[in-house]
Amino acid sequence: MEKRIVVDPVTRIEGHLRVEVEVKDGKIVDAFSSGTMVRGLELILKGRDPRDAWAFTERVCGVCTTVHALASVRTVEDALGIAVPPNAEMVRNLMFCAQYMQDHVVHFYHLHALDWVDVVSALIADPVATSQLAQSISNWPKSSPGYFSDLQKRLTKFVQSGQLGIFANGYWGHPAYKLPAEVNLIGVAHYLEALEWQKEIIKIHTIFGGKNPHPNYLVGGAACSINIDENNAINAERLAYVGRLLDEAHTFINQVYIPDLLAVASFYKNDWGAIGGGLTNYLAYGDLPTNGYSDVERFKFPRGIIMGRNLNEVIPVDGKDPDQIKEFINHSYYDYSSGVEQGLHPWDGETNLNYTGPKPPYDYLNVEDKYSWLKTPRWKGNPMEVGPLSRMLVGYASGRDEYKEVVHYALNKLDVPVTALFSTLGRTAARGLESILVADWAKEFYNQLLANIRNGDTRMANNEKWEPATWPTEAKGVGMTEAPRGALAHWIVIKDKKIDNYQLVVPSTWNASPRDGKGQRSAYEESLIGTPIANPDQPLEILRTIHSFDPCLACAVHVYDEKGKYVHQIQTF
Amino acid sequence: MTKQTTIYDEIREKGHSRRDFIKFCGMMAAMLGLEHSAAGQIAKALETKPRLPLIWLHGQECTCCSESFIRSSHPIVADILLDKVSLDYTETLMAAAGHQAEEAMHNTMEKYKGEYLLLCEGSIPLTADGVYCCIGGRSYNDIIQEAADGAKAVIAWGNCASSGCVQAASPNPTGATPIHKVIHGKPIINVQGCPPIAEVMAGVVVHLLAFERIPQLDGLGRPKAFYSRRVHDTCYRRPNFDAGLFVESFDDENARRGYCLYKMGCKGPSTYNSCGVIKWNNGVSFPIQSGHPCIGCSEANFWDNGPFYRRLPEFPGFGIESTADKVGVALGVGTAVGIAAHAITTNIRKKKLIERGHCEPEESNT
Repeated sequence: MEKRIVVDPVTRIEGHLRVEVEVKDGKIVDAFSSGTMVRGLELILKGRDPRDAWAFTERVCGVCTTVHALASVRTVEDALGIAVPPNAEMVRNLMFCAQYMQDHVVHFYHLHALDWVDVVSALIADPVATSQLAQSISNWPKSSPGYFSDLQKRLTKFVQSGQLGIFANGYWGHPAYKLPAEVNLIGVAHYLEALEWQKEIIKIHTIFGGKNPHPNYLVGGAACSINIDENNAINAERLAYVGRLLDEAHTFINQVYIPDLLAVASFYKNDWGAIGGGLTNYLAYGDLPTNGYSDVERFKFPRGIIMGRNLNEVIPVDGKDPDQIKEFINHSYYDYSSGVEQGLHPWDGETNLNYTGPKPPYDYLNVEDKYSWLKTPRWKGNPMEVGPLSRMLVGYASGRDEYKEVVHYALNKLDVPVTALFSTLGRTAARGLESILVADWAKEFYNQLLANIRNGDTRMANNEKWEPATWPTEAKGVGMTEAPRGALAHWIVIKDKKIDNYQLVVPSTWNASPRDGKGQRSAYEESLIGTPIANPDQPLEILRTIHSFDPCLACAVHVYDEKGKYVHQIQTF
Repeated sequence: MTKQTTIYDEIREKGHSRRDFIKFCGMMAAMLGLEHSAAGQIAKALETKPRLPLIWLHGQECTCCSESFIRSSHPIVADILLDKVSLDYTETLMAAAGHQAEEAMHNTMEKYKGEYLLLCEGSIPLTADGVYCCIGGRSYNDIIQEAADGAKAVIAWGNCASSGCVQAASPNPTGATPIHKVIHGKPIINVQGCPPIAEVMAGVVVHLLAFERIPQLDGLGRPKAFYSRRVHDTCYRRPNFDAGLFVESFDDENARRGYCLYKMGCKGPSTYNSCGVIKWNNGVSFPIQSGHPCIGCSEANFWDNGPFYRRLPEFPGFGIESTADKVGVALGVGTAVGIAAHAITTNIRKKKLIERGHCEPEESNT
């Protein structure tokens, strides 16, 4: 007998996501992913000044703030043929790296960890054993028996007060939790430490972009001028501040995040290293240029596609080829003027809202028909997974030594085969492994910026095409980046100095979209197939896999029995 | 029933000292623009008050307000707001159980009817029966109406909840609507900005906790403590404006010397916020300090007051039309609306001093 489980909304993510799954014999046999909120930003952008688009699109997401702004300024720069000065490239890279480090750490501890860490179990941990364990896996100084004992006392008092606050009503004690109490206590300690640390690293955005969330970007470069002899510009004090934040981040990632990740993974590797693999195609646009954005070969994150998990071949991807990337609306609440069956390349993309779902309040979506506000992007008709795992696999398959090094390090440490990467745990691990690389690269970019200044190059903006009078009557551009959650691109058509069309294809559109006209599922839906559900009242397993993608949508979980009767509803990280 | 712990108890349990606590109260008093003696009042209030129940909802938004909120810089602020206040329902922060979560929200709504605070992030789409934002199969409008019904007061976080923000920009395809146009009969505090500054968010909550009353609001529902001054009037680059020293293009010589960004489209002269005083992320910087003009994110409809890089005077009805040019050409002329009322001679002198990079003590203007 099949059970229908509805997840709406899953919290601690950005936006509003609903997942409905069919469970049979304790396993998921079908899944439907739905975005339940829309704002119509693409319609709002029409007719605006292209130089303003970064600010509008940055507001797509405040969790992965900056990423849309970067994609947007690149789109306009691509359309108008603007190359940014090397310093601006380094500043953008540093802001990019700061975002990755903050976002990945927050995801691991505050959005995902409670899927693996049983907070209540930490109450019975032995502080001395916890200290020994912590010191055996890391040099992180906050590891004394007294530190863990104090934390445990606070935690005990907290639980005894009966007011569990944000930890209230978790699935504590669920059989799928497998960590020893001592690991759980370390997890709770670092949950709190990470919350403090994350507000430090983002100060890099504040220094270069004036604020966070939503720092400022600029078409043509960056607005923060360099003047080492001026108090009102980027000078030695500002740069030293950035340097300190990068050092602290490097330490936190290598001494806290990675040891915790590997410790947690070692207890879940046998099952969750084989569950949740989903699609077999991976897409990365690549990012972190080191020699100008046009020199793709010199990106730190290489660009490319892997089909069928074949790590011997990396296929190129071209955002400008009208036959490669297209968006379909077979199951999305939109109309195309050319009809529903045909996909559109984003330059020709349309955003005509047309809701045909059930009138709220409703119990179920009509999954046979349209059921999401997300369009369905495809590469040459194929569904693709995007995100940290895709980046790691493309880097690995491209033969980059640093990727092979971190991947082999983790596989050896956990004693698992390379196929373990294609899983829920693999996705979560890939996020950590790329954080190691990003923390190293950020220091390289910082040193490069200092070297440029030392050599007398302080340029930060290219103003040649700033004035609209210098623009052609018509221009088209594509701006790509890698958001923490995956491949992100914006497409622009400029006519008569104004935006004529603007389309965004975001990572969660690739991953969370509804199936296409051929019935092919996208990444979320496909990755849930076959996932065991021990207890439909507490579908922890759904959350583990969905959270492994770091969804950029907010969700909750409602569980219904086979007759559609309300059984349960879950709200979680 | 277990004894309700006070915020002071909680802070002590967290391992902070009484000294930390008093320091925090002093900082909050300063931030709220109060006399130092008010610090004692805040301390007393936080020592004796039970935890205030909060319900935090999300509509059409990007979660930047929640993100800003967790960046609150003072170490105790994060503690207070994450678990010192009784955050009984928060889609962003709570660990678990929608069924139990909804139950928790309903328990709070019943048990603390008329006492709990409703915090809202995001606008409400009213077009097409609210289908543009549904949570758990219900329209957001439906959910917020129910939650607001028993709330003591409503805090509208950020520009989305206060004035609709980006999704309400023309042509507002989803009918995105701010809270105050939908919820009636409740005090509503508009904590403006995209997002609001973290310390401002903390300050508003502490004000409600400490004084048990709504802060004084301006005509647009914003707390006067944080929104009574224009960014322009509190900007450290203001002397450059007065002296007619302007950035003419990004990264030009003037930009590298930190001159005024007015000609680059800075909306500081029409924007009320605390950026120039509190700054961002524990006072590290703010947009103008980092070389970018203010885009006016704490003002209603700021998205439609652009383009961002066009300077204000080109907008009809704005009083400082010719100011920048006149100041620039004639070396300092007072403006029609009294933005810069300094004497011409002072400005000329100031301009020369700044240009020379001199740092002499300034004579009084009066």
